[in-house]
Amino acid sequence: MESVCQYNVKLDIFEGPMDLLLYLVEKNDIDIYDINISEITREFLEYVEIMKFINLDSIGEFLIMAARLMEIKAKTLLPRTEEKQEEGPDPREELARQLVEYSKCKEAAKLLKAYQERQKDIFYRDMPLFNFDEYIIEASLYDLIEAFRRVISRAEPAIKELIFEEIPIETKIREILSLFQNRSYVEFEELFPTVFNKYIFIVTFLAVLELIRTRQISARQRESFGKIRLFRIATTENNNV
Amino acid sequence: MEKDEIKNIIEVLLFITNTPISLEKFVEILEVDKENIIEALNELQKEYQNKPLMINEVAGGYIMSSRAEYHTWIKKLFKEKITYKLSQSALETLAIIAYKQPITRAEIEAIRGVDVSGVIETLLERKLIRVSGRKETLGRPLLYSTTPEFLKYFGLKDLGELPPWDKFVSLSPEETTQEIQNDNYNE
Repeated sequence: MESVCQYNVKLDIFEGPMDLLLYLVEKNDIDIYDINISEITREFLEYVEIMKFINLDSIGEFLIMAARLMEIKAKTLLPRTEEKQEEGPDPREELARQLVEYSKCKEAAKLLKAYQERQKDIFYRDMPLFNFDEYIIEASLYDLIEAFRRVISRAEPAIKELIFEEIPIETKIREILSLFQNRSYVEFEELFPTVFNKYIFIVTFLAVLELIRTRQISARQRESFGKIRLFRIATTENNNV
Repeated sequence: MEKDEIKNIIEVLLFITNTPISLEKFVEILEVDKENIIEALNELQKEYQNKPLMINEVAGGYIMSSRAEYHTWIKKLFKEKITYKLSQSALETLAIIAYKQPITRAEIEAIRGVDVSGVIETLLERKLIRVSGRKETLGRPLLYSTTPEFLKYFGLKDLGELPPWDKFVSLSPEETTQEIQNDNYNE
């Protein structure tokens, strides 16, 4: 399906519209707080035309900036009245502020690059270590439901109807808490049996929700939609882990 | 404890570890005064001056590394495992995170003017940044911060070693506006 005409060029020359704008400001020796918007907009659009021509991917961000420049240009052409000025920050000032911020970012990146260069031939002993602290995001109710759905879909279907076994939620809660005796965390998934049982699954899930609600455990994950781990919230008696 | 013994223990610990060991950690393990640890570390560092390895202070602790002049041999050992250098966009994104942490993706994008989701993935994978929480605003976006690995990668003792953000004034020619001037002289 690959056609010759449909090539995309990844130009690394400009890291984005801010970079191009900064380049134009520097190239033309423009005072950043007194940008001639008409002039810079014209130049900016010339570059965007070139990018369109070579079918550059990620042109969208440049187009957004072009639109913004044209908007500022339009505003500066309007006669200024007292009321207008009170409407909000001067869009040119806002642009200047952003350019200054971005230029600082570029300078900081330059510095990091120099550090990287300095360190590039120095090696440390390295083995990936698993860090429990990575589980720091509190899982939301939505995350928990998502995890619950995953557990259900993974469970093996029950071959025959199991004998109805009633476990009060209080018992389940105690059962879950007892898992934390010698451990710092419990995987959400390991609370559920491998074979599906609607009743047990629901009681377990409700017990987890109750424990979270009463702040006895916290459900945390490394990333959204990631695995959920349950941590016992420290009370006086289990501080000596 | 004998001074030489302290030095030996420190040397062994530094040899075996892959994460920097802080002074406090040494004190805790060896159960001697901080002064003794510092003295032993200084002597060790001096002794190591003639060795192919060195003892560095990075990321809030001490760690051993190879000396730069031996890089070719190490690269021969690992061949394709040597990681690539960071791209310009990775460096810019990292710079923003280092200075403005904790920060959300949208806030980074507001400064760089481009989508940074791909870069963030790479930086997370390389453990140079980590998710450090969620911002309590609409949508509770993730917050990113740098890691000890970041300090190690750039050879920094701590974030304080970086010059202040407002020191970066490169814009030609007239960034001598009131605003920026004030920023610089207020320190």
